[in-house]
Amino acid sequence: MAVLSVYIINKAGGLIYQYDHNSSRPEIEKTFGYPLEVVLKVHDDKVVVAFGERDAIKVGHTVLGINGIQAEGRFLRDGRDILEVLAAEENYPINIKFGRPKLTTNEKIMLASMFHSLYTISCQLSPEPRSSGIEMLETDTFKLHCFQSMTGIKFIALTDPRQVGVDQLLKKLYEVYSDYALKNPFYSLDMPIRCELFETNLQVCIEQSERAATGM
Amino acid sequence: MSRQSNRAGDPRKVNGELFTLTYGALVAQLVKDYENDEDVNRQLEKMGYNMGIRLIEDFLARSNVGRCHDFRETADVISKAGFKMYLGITPVVSNWSPAGDEFSLLIENNPLTEFVELPEGHNALNYSNILCGALKGCLEMVQMDVDVRIVQDQLKGDSITEIRLKFIKRLEDALPAGED
Repeated sequence: MAVLSVYIINKAGGLIYQYDHNSSRPEIEKTFGYPLEVVLKVHDDKVVVAFGERDAIKVGHTVLGINGIQAEGRFLRDGRDILEVLAAEENYPINIKFGRPKLTTNEKIMLASMFHSLYTISCQLSPEPRSSGIEMLETDTFKLHCFQSMTGIKFIALTDPRQVGVDQLLKKLYEVYSDYALKNPFYSLDMPIRCELFETNLQVCIEQSERAATGM
Repeated sequence: MSRQSNRAGDPRKVNGELFTLTYGALVAQLVKDYENDEDVNRQLEKMGYNMGIRLIEDFLARSNVGRCHDFRETADVISKAGFKMYLGITPVVSNWSPAGDEFSLLIENNPLTEFVELPEGHNALNYSNILCGALKGCLEMVQMDVDVRIVQDQLKGDSITEIRLKFIKRLEDALPAGED
């Protein structure tokens, strides 16, 4: 059981805080001989597995590095094109690192504001007036819990589907926010939260909540 | 100093005198810095407002108060929960306007003015004006535009301190989703 990550969205839909607690994005490193059995393609400026799942390498995984050199988009850090490197026989045997790409800060900001819109849409779709909006989204691999304060700030936690007590955790995070972000006179409202005290106390809350859940 | 004994247990509470004296020092400095009382009042209100827009989150996070459905409920929450929590007093709610959009908070023992005597020539100074700003800021964050004024002041010889709140409008464009 685990809390995966926490997002805080201000009332305009802007992401003001994001924290990844447990990473569920394993990386697989493997040495390949020529020819490569995995079919790769460029998608969204990344080199992605298109076909040929094997071992723990799944369709959708991205090439994160080759021979220890990190990938940046479809190029390696030293400037070489990944597909060209993989096409040349003289480079084999070759060590490739696969994994799910981490969300970039920009992507997180985009997703947060998209969720904000979905939340608003869900309120309008509701046949009953005064709907609370999305409180929980459930998938087979994680649950998204959302709590919106009366002032319009959304606290979102992504957790393991079996994690219990997330509502209390979100309430607690609201308290941490009101204490360590808002009571810090140098924090300006609605702006990204960069306060160390806030971060440490938030982590403590999450850990407590995880411990309480496993203790049950 | 005997009052302290019953407060010692709660780490979130501080000595009331420290608070009163700090506030007094602030107002005294403002009176020195600004030439007329109107400017001081404005500064106090502004400071109160800036505190209010942050304080409201603390209040909501800590109390289990739901959304108020009318202004009467708001008045109740302000006096019985808000003032109680932060100043340890419960002002009396009274003088409702017939339309129910205006009321007064009557404060008998204002903790801010415990040791204060207004100096000569400062008849326009609203010593406790920071409360007006704080109330305005808090209510604005829960989408209520309210006019807050001090209409009676014990420091000016009135028998009671009276804060008048007048509901102006709901801030529709600031309503969070699901509240419309």
